[in-house]
Order: sequence, then C-alpha cells, then structure tokens
Amino acid sequence: MVLPRLMYEFAKTGLFSVGGGLATLPFLYEMSDATGWFTHADIADMIAISESTPGAIGINMSTYAGFTTAGVPGGILASLALAFPSVVIILIIAKFLEKYRNNKLVDGAFYGLRAASIAMISAAGLNVAKVALLHLGAYQLTGNIMDLLNLKAIILAVLIFIGQRKLKWSPVLFIALSAVVGILLKF
Amino acid sequence: MNQLLNLYWTFLKIGCVTFGGGYAMLPILERELVTKRQWTTMDDLRDYFSIGQCTPGIIALNVSTFIGQKRHGVPGAIAATTGFLTGPIIIILLIAAFLKNFAELEIIQHAFAGIRVCVCVLIVQAVLRLWKKSVIDPFTLALYLIVFALNAFSGILPFKIPAAILVICAGIAGILVSQIRNRKTASSGKGGGA
Repeated sequence: MVLPRLMYEFAKTGLFSVGGGLATLPFLYEMSDATGWFTHADIADMIAISESTPGAIGINMSTYAGFTTAGVPGGILASLALAFPSVVIILIIAKFLEKYRNNKLVDGAFYGLRAASIAMISAAGLNVAKVALLHLGAYQLTGNIMDLLNLKAIILAVLIFIGQRKLKWSPVLFIALSAVVGILLKF
Repeated sequence: MNQLLNLYWTFLKIGCVTFGGGYAMLPILERELVTKRQWTTMDDLRDYFSIGQCTPGIIALNVSTFIGQKRHGVPGAIAATTGFLTGPIIIILLIAAFLKNFAELEIIQHAFAGIRVCVCVLIVQAVLRLWKKSVIDPFTLALYLIVFALNAFSGILPFKIPAAILVICAGIAGILVSQIRNRKTASSGKGGGA
C-alpha cells in the first residue's frame, strides 16, 4: 500500500511548491517527519546531489524516496506523481494563452511579468556567481580581498564568455569542457 | 508517433544537461528549440519562463510541458515532460542504488565547481539577450530593479517575499500601467482629433 501513499504525498508537494526546486524543501521536511521515508540528513545529502546532477531537488528527492521505500517502480511513480499537478496546470494555462494571446490585459500582464522574470533570472545568476567565482569562506577568515576572488574560476568564466560569442558551439559542449577543466585544475 | 518520439528524445537530452536550476537551461533551449528545430520563438520561451515562475512545479518542467503542448497537444506535453524527467530519474536511481556518497567524491566536486562557472556564464548570456526586449522603458526598468533587489538581497532583508507573489504583483502592475497608458493615448488621440 506504500505506492499510492508515495504518489499522493509527492503529488501534493508538486501542487503546492511554487517557484522552483528549493520551494519543495519545506514540504520534504514535513513529509520526512510524517512518513519516515527519509531523514533530514537524507534531505541535506539530496541538496548536495541535486547541485551536482541535472535534476531539480524535488524530482531527485521523489526518485530517491520512492526507490528506498518501493524499489525502481517506486522511484519512477513518485517522480511522475510530483510532476503530474504542474503538467495539468500548464496544459490549462496553455489552452487559455492560445485563446487570449492578443488580449490587452494578458499583454499588459506580460509587459510586467517579463521584467520581473528577467530580474529573477539575474538574481539566480548572482547566487551561482557567488558560489562559483568567489571564496566567501576564505575571505571571511582573512579579510584579504585577493582571497575573495577565485581567480582560476574568473579566468575560466571570461574564456567561456568570449568562446560563446566567437564560436557557435552548443552550450552543452561548454558545460562538458568546464567539467574537464574543473577536474584537471582541481577547482 | 515519430514526432512524439522526437519530442521525447529532444527533451531527454535537454533534461540530462540542465544544471543550475532551470535558468541555465535557457541558452540550451534556445539552441535546441529555436535555432536548430524552430519549434518555438525566443519570445515565447521567455513568456513560458515567466509563467513557469508563478505556477507550481519546477520551471524547467513547466517549460517542457508548454513546448510539448504547443507541438502536439496533450500527448506532446506528456512526451516532452516524461522525456525531461527520464535522465534525472535514472541518474538518481543509480546514485541511490550504488553511490550513496556520490556528492562527496573529490572528482565530482571538482567537475561541478567547473560546471558552476559555465552555468553562471550561461545565465549572464541569457540575461543579456532577454534584457533588450524585456526592459524597454522606465517602468520596466524600475520593476526590474525592485524585483532584482528583493531577490538578490533576500538574505539580509527582515522578511522574505515568495517568488510567486512577486511575479503576480509584477503582472498586475503591468496590467495597470499599460491600461492607464492606453487610456491616456486614447484620450489624447481624441483631443487631437477634435
């Protein structure tokens, strides 16, 4: 009987966590307390794993919890359950959008939404940059501005930026190259 | 059927390289869906991201559903979404079964420190490209600065406004400002004619 419960719990999380990966965290802590399927330490581990794999934390946690409680079918079904509510909602919105694409109110809403959306993308970029390009920990210890800058990473960032402008390579290739550079130069 | 498989396969590939929470996906989506396949336009992509931010679920997943639906209705949406999920599910199943200390492996940490640098450049490029079309006048610039500040400095603010609320407020502000502007131009147009 664990499969229906798994699907119910993760569908609920999928329905109520608005705004991307980390929004699922409070629901995951709640679920951990209520079901015992995974511990708080498991959640912390999953955050680390999610930062180093392509999946979002919500999908990853549902796969993990499903697998540990009910094997491979559990992992797959729990993840599908998590995705289900948002798929239904997006399908409804997509239908609505097709109909009202040229509506003045919808147009006005997007006029504001676009600026807010790109502001959020900028803020997300800043957060990644803080971790990727700076040594905040080292700086707090020494107070030396040179310790703050992760020079290797900044040089790589500049090279990727120029490379992307000059070469018409796929972004995927740049991601793969950065991983190799990270391993070789011990980032 | 072939087209559904094509959708599934395309999003499976995209799902395998979406590091950094969806936003870094934008340049990859642009390359795969706009430049290579012409399945959608950059303007539509940007709107899907805006909507994905204020609806439940993971942004990258919402964008997959949108594009799948646009290509092939409900079956297309399901093909794109399950395709997008396939890679992450397999990766986590493998990690859960065989590599519980995956994230602590030194080689993985170095690789991802490198990938993060690339993700950060990808996001900057996405912002540069969208900026010109999204921040077009003083109102949108002000909106951009407010939302950016509230997000970027949420750590030092005494309160935290959920992203969904910010996005909804921005949409309402957009409606109000464009309505007021329309009314003004309509009345000044009338005045000019009289």
